[in-house]
Amino acid sequence: MAMDAATIERLIRDGLPDAQITIEDLRGDGDHYAAHVVSAAFKGKTRVQQHQMVYQALRGRMGNELHALALQTSAPED
Amino acid sequence: MTTNATVFDRIKQDISDNTVVLFMKGTPVFPQCGFSAAVVQILTHLGVKFKGIDVLSDPEIRQGIKEFSSWPTIPQLYVKGEFVGGCDIVREMFEAGELGDFLTEKGVATRA
Repeated sequence: MAMDAATIERLIRDGLPDAQITIEDLRGDGDHYAAHVVSAAFKGKTRVQQHQMVYQALRGRMGNELHALALQTSAPED
Repeated sequence: MTTNATVFDRIKQDISDNTVVLFMKGTPVFPQCGFSAAVVQILTHLGVKFKGIDVLSDPEIRQGIKEFSSWPTIPQLYVKGEFVGGCDIVREMFEAGELGDFLTEKGVATRA
């Protein structure tokens, strides 16, 4: 099942309002994406916690409608 | 679907009995998913001995492991009972050269 990049971006932004989000449709099939998310909320969090915050923003879609989202997260550099 | 405690107990048993455990789709020899295959390849490259658990052959574990770690996808790598991450994190750690150091710190033998 496909999901468009704008929807993914909107969901992530709902959960992490300050996020800078870059989404790439890896195969042009609306099913395999790579997202790079930068948010101050990630500061002091482990990678696992950072990814969990993004998954939480996606509210259960990850692993369901959204099959493949390669995720890279980081906190902004001061 | 809610997962009963028995499934969590089995998961806890698996990750305490084995130093490095990969919950994956398929087996280390025949991975059934590109993301699982990528992690197998990295572990193999590092010469790490690990136990692969095929979630496709066990629907209870497949659902249970996601709830256990609050992580929606498979593969999932555990070292010394601790959840390290999924494919992206393992790959990022490997590419940054951190994974080998992390394993060494945890007392896991790797190919130097």
